[in-house]
Amino acid sequence: MISPQQYFTKRHPIAFPIWQSSVVGIAGAGGLGSNIAISLARAGVGTLIIADFDTVSIENLNRQQYSLAQVGKSKVEALADNIKAFNPFIKLEIHHIKVNPANLNSIFSSADILIEAFDDASQKEMLINTWLELFPCRPIIAASGIAGYGKNELIHSTSYDKLHIIGDMQSELEPGISPIAPRVATIANMQANLALELLVVNHNKADK
Amino acid sequence: MIDSTFTVNDHKLPWREGLVVQDALDMMNYTFKMLVIKLNGYLVKKDDYASTPIPQDAELRVIHLISGG
Repeated sequence: MISPQQYFTKRHPIAFPIWQSSVVGIAGAGGLGSNIAISLARAGVGTLIIADFDTVSIENLNRQQYSLAQVGKSKVEALADNIKAFNPFIKLEIHHIKVNPANLNSIFSSADILIEAFDDASQKEMLINTWLELFPCRPIIAASGIAGYGKNELIHSTSYDKLHIIGDMQSELEPGISPIAPRVATIANMQANLALELLVVNHNKADK
Repeated sequence: MIDSTFTVNDHKLPWREGLVVQDALDMMNYTFKMLVIKLNGYLVKKDDYASTPIPQDAELRVIHLISGG
């Protein structure tokens, strides 16, 4: 069995210990959430809290990090299996549940940062408003405008104090067409990348 | 005399006594439903759009959320 010392090699000397002691919440385990979770687990975030009510379906495989063998399984369980297969040291808290204003606090209260990874705009709105009301000092990183392909130059990050939004802020989904793997994964990884940055920035602020 | 103003997403609009957040959405012809609104940095809840007054020189941020994930 590999040890943590053997596994966690060539890591950033300052940032990695901060990430190891951090808790990141991910609301949704679809095209955004599955990619975010895998990147943060590889980077070495110590604890991930992941919530999603859905199960893996064939139509998810065009962009979400699941396999054919996982069709029918709960997304959070399938994602936990996939993460544990490459990082056995991460702590995963999974919740097979639909997040709502009444349960958000009990699911994500220990998260230093919440990442919004829902599909539906009304759910995005609910999550952002509830989080900022409950935890006005903790960041939330949302995505808006992920549909289509190409147009790299339109994807950007905008911040409004603790609320950060990544996407092109304009591309609407066309009926019957899913988000497309590279663009949704790009935005997911920009969300994950910003989370890693904010964890370090906030840790350094707390030290002062 | 300089007329009083406030801004919505960096657009300058004329201010008057009694303006509420919903008035600003109407003035901007914003019809989309899924919004996060910050008034001078503070979150405004959906239920409060019609009752939250806009102070003079206020900065209103209206963030439109699009489905997909």
